Amino acid sequence: MRKKGFFTSLYEQRWAFLFIAPVVLLFLIFVVGPLIASFYWSFTEYNGIHAPKWVGVENYKNIFFHDARFWKSIRNTIFYTLVIPPGVALSLLLAIAVDQRIRFKNFFRMIYFIPSVTSVIALSVIWKWLFAGEKYGLINYFLILIGLKPVDWLMSPFWTLPAIMIMSIWAGIGYNMLLFLAGLQTIPTTVYEAAEIDGANIWDKFRYITLPLLKPTMVFVVIMGFILSFQVFERIYIMTESEFGIGGVLDCALTVVAYLYDMGFRKFQMGYASALGYVVFAVVFIITIINIKFLKTKVEY
Amino acid sequence: MEILKSKRFQNVSIKSVIYAFLFLGAVSVAVPYVWMFVTSIKPIAEIQSYPPSFVVKDPTLLSYKDLFRLIPMWRYMWNSIFVAGTVTLGNLFFCSLAGYAFAKHRFWGRDKIFFVLLGSLMIPWQVNLISGFILMIKLGWLNSYNALIVPQLAGVFGVFLCRQFIMSIPDDLVDAAKIDGCSEFTIYRLVILPLIKPVIATLAIFTFLQQWNSFIWPLIVINSSKMRTLPLALSVLNGQFGTRFAMVMAGAVVATTPMLIVFLAFQRYFMEGIAMTGLKEYGKL
Repeated sequence: MRKKGFFTSLYEQRWAFLFIAPVVLLFLIFVVGPLIASFYWSFTEYNGIHAPKWVGVENYKNIFFHDARFWKSIRNTIFYTLVIPPGVALSLLLAIAVDQRIRFKNFFRMIYFIPSVTSVIALSVIWKWLFAGEKYGLINYFLILIGLKPVDWLMSPFWTLPAIMIMSIWAGIGYNMLLFLAGLQTIPTTVYEAAEIDGANIWDKFRYITLPLLKPTMVFVVIMGFILSFQVFERIYIMTESEFGIGGVLDCALTVVAYLYDMGFRKFQMGYASALGYVVFAVVFIITIINIKFLKTKVEY
Repeated sequence: MEILKSKRFQNVSIKSVIYAFLFLGAVSVAVPYVWMFVTSIKPIAEIQSYPPSFVVKDPTLLSYKDLFRLIPMWRYMWNSIFVAGTVTLGNLFFCSLAGYAFAKHRFWGRDKIFFVLLGSLMIPWQVNLISGFILMIKLGWLNSYNALIVPQLAGVFGVFLCRQFIMSIPDDLVDAAKIDGCSEFTIYRLVILPLIKPVIATLAIFTFLQQWNSFIWPLIVINSSKMRTLPLALSVLNGQFGTRFAMVMAGAVVATTPMLIVFLAFQRYFMEGIAMTGLKEYGKL
């Protein structure tokens, strides 16, 4: 009896199933399937052509205990997260400035946002030219103008990653500014007026009103910054690709995903690269969980 | 923080500091773009002249001519438009359809299925890079539009966006249409679709932008020169003609300008849409 009822109701729900079918099918084929496959391959030795050979946890063991390039890429990625503080500070300042009663508000907002609609490839190509080694590079010319020594940015093991980070800060400001602006606009003017009556100055208002009330946005921007830093790839690829591979001189700008790409698609160690993929997955997953925890506890005003 | 909205701080000096700051910011955003354009119209002799100059004495379109002569730029532009356009249309249709079902239908396993879909947003795409590539090999889709389009046709995020929006539509509207004898698909087409135009616009912008700028997936599934999209073409240009800066910059101008024009024309929708979809970055990796 119950079974029949169940199938009858399934039949009555056929439209709903039809409507979600394309999404669910594509999801199963292109997300779930590959997810399972790469989990299996992460325990194998696999070059994409011959059948995968089971090696147990060997790949993971090698990644964590015998792979200097992996740790180098982790160090570089962690160093790369240093873009977050200046990026957040600058975009917050810009958001506050744009939020004032000023003219050309929309014009400024629009200008700052332009890098966010440009492909990272185009941005990287442009900045590669700005960073060009000799004195005809615009940035080096500027350094000479203010009395500093020109730097061979993308050829120097020391400066490659900082150069890419400078571009990243520049490219990300407009987007974060927009998020902060949305946050700022939820703070009522009356709060500031009340504080002024109590004799608060600009700094007090920033410190005791703006910052605490912006905390949810702040947490979101920072956590997103971490997640995106762990996935950074395209700018590294464009700025450092050479006949020797990607990652720059002495792997100075090799990030985790760049390393994954190198292992998978240049050295064809697909099993090892799959394991690296799961390591990235784990890291991003942990950051996301922290994110959700933070956002949940952050509803108290 | 409204420093200036009260009279006490309505003084000129703070205001001019703010303008100076905003102006400086605007200039530093603009300079790389201006430099890209200026470089692209410089003759070879001027490119490496010292000091570098924003003034072009002898502007030329030579780099653009070479660009279109040496590589099939029109073809790449068409590839980009075709792929981004098809993926966008697919997402608009499939996501709104599924969003409607998740929002207004009761069916077996609805919440569980939705929860699983939503959870997948936490998965970083890198984990499927290798297996996605192998899948394309097995399907025989390498170097085809299929590889660029089909896996992207129905993003989970779009379903989520549509579902949230459709939930705010009163059930009565749907029920009334049912009583009038409309079929489920007619209800979707005549009742739901007209009401969700704002979210459709947002999703269209979001998807098109993401696809237009997409790089890593085309990088691994395309290696024939005919099938490249613009970002991929630009990266190859950068690799092959890396020393011909003017030509690479001309390529960057060609790849950047269409999106820039669309953005300037619809900037309000862009910025509202992006703020609305703020919880998910869109492929700026």
